[in-house]
Amino acid sequence: MTNALSRLLKSRDWLMADGATGTNLFNMGLSSGDAPEMWNEEHPDRIRKLYKYAVDAGSDIFLTNSFGGNASRLKLHGAEKRARELSRISAELGREVADASGRTVVVAGSVGPTGEIFAPMGPLTHSAAVEIFHEQAEGLKEGGADVLWLETISAAEEYKAAAEAFALADMPWCGTMSFDTAGRTMMGLTSAAMVAMVEKLPNPPLAYGANCGVGASDLLRTVLGFAAQGAERPIIAKGNAGIPKYHDGHIHYDGTPELMGEYAVLARDAGATIIGGCCGTMPEHLEAMHKALSTRPRGPRPTLEQITAVLGGFSSASDGTGDDEGPARRTTRRGRRS
Amino acid sequence: MSEDQDDIILSELDDDELVPQMFDDLYDGLREEIEEGVTILLGRGWTPYDVLTKALVGGMTIVGNDFRDGILFVPEVLLAANAMKGGMAILKPLLAETGAPRVGKMVIGTVKGDIHDIGKNLVGMMMEGAGFEVVDLGINNSVDAYLDALAAEDADILGMSALLTTTMPYMKVVIDTLIEKGLREDYIVLVGGAPLNEEFGKAIGADAYCRDAAVAVETAKTFVARKHNSGAQA
Repeated sequence: MTNALSRLLKSRDWLMADGATGTNLFNMGLSSGDAPEMWNEEHPDRIRKLYKYAVDAGSDIFLTNSFGGNASRLKLHGAEKRARELSRISAELGREVADASGRTVVVAGSVGPTGEIFAPMGPLTHSAAVEIFHEQAEGLKEGGADVLWLETISAAEEYKAAAEAFALADMPWCGTMSFDTAGRTMMGLTSAAMVAMVEKLPNPPLAYGANCGVGASDLLRTVLGFAAQGAERPIIAKGNAGIPKYHDGHIHYDGTPELMGEYAVLARDAGATIIGGCCGTMPEHLEAMHKALSTRPRGPRPTLEQITAVLGGFSSASDGTGDDEGPARRTTRRGRRS
Repeated sequence: MSEDQDDIILSELDDDELVPQMFDDLYDGLREEIEEGVTILLGRGWTPYDVLTKALVGGMTIVGNDFRDGILFVPEVLLAANAMKGGMAILKPLLAETGAPRVGKMVIGTVKGDIHDIGKNLVGMMMEGAGFEVVDLGINNSVDAYLDALAAEDADILGMSALLTTTMPYMKVVIDTLIEKGLREDYIVLVGGAPLNEEFGKAIGADAYCRDAAVAVETAKTFVARKHNSGAQA
């Protein structure tokens, strides 16, 4: 089965994805606490503009405005019955912008986390999660998304449930997780463990990787962790443009366009094939990243020291992989019974 | 789950062995064992307050430290907190009867638009584990929901959590409303959420940003102590 993304991956050795959704929509007037997905219907012009930012900056892939477009998240806004519809519209708008670009641009249907914890620790069952993801997947497919794009996931169970849902929708997909807690996901998954999990899926993604998290340095350490596993599957790097700061009533991420250009080149050297930004990554950052990726030569895989020298320090000493697995849990008399 | 290695009989341990064993059982998230341990200590004449502070809080402090240090992660902490809750359910009514010292009361919730409540739940559980009273407003809270609860509960601390770039600024809306109404000084305002940082917390006018649940407990204790001290001087 071929699709726009698999074709691009065959003909190119790096692709650029898009930047921030939330940060850009704020600048267009989105109020804090409101659901961005409502704008698919209320302000389609602004959503087209958001997509066009990425296309004009040279992105080969952009994500639809449907991150929170699942029934579990939309429930907050009394719109849980509109998951399929709002997701479909986000993809339709994306299709328009991509088709008008005059080149191959991949419309990637964004699927974010449900926000619930899986049983037995939390209320979410596997079958309920599959149903939630499947509904959104069908909406994105109807709207013309080329691929589905799972992002910011922290639990392996949720990643697997989404994979199953995407198989039901018969759609190719990509999926990234967020490594924001001592170099692991919130649920404790390491980069190495994610690779092992991905490679065992019956319908593995076209590409996998990391998005969001703490800062660009941490994200690149995670990419090195993926690459060290030696899997052939393309790796995605979508890091934040620095860390968020608040001034004059606006959120601003402190990473400069120049720094994000450096990040993009380092990400490619570290082994990533699909490179983009996440929170705080504005059109000017994407332009700098595109320029850096287009004009700078490839280099050797960077060391951790080279990454911190350019992008700043890591948020934790270890990320739980490699020779230094970090501190171990305490030994208890009964031991762990799970 | 294997029961093979479960050959420790809690009731046969003396106090000096039982308390460390309860620390271990909290660490392993064993709810039934914690409930049993609490009942045994009460039966031996311990005050409910001592059971809380010496056995449960002590154990949760270890869990909190290892969470802070990247040794334990959310699933393990949820299990530990669940075990602690089992113990708390026994102690709570007794604590109320015996008029145990009040550490402080916290109103907590995620801000409007934010469904992501895992971190908030952890903070709530760890605060309870440290002896605070916690009023959990759940997810998606408006300014009014926070303010009404703070007044109704006579709370000391407001805890707000946001995990998304799109919801973080709402914390400032709440703090600005407190300032407008002249209520800001009445409460300790703590904020948290993965994308936040200390500078962000300061910029929106919070008393502190708390990196994780363990830090939230330490920070709350420090501020409550400070508030009591300044109250004594006034």
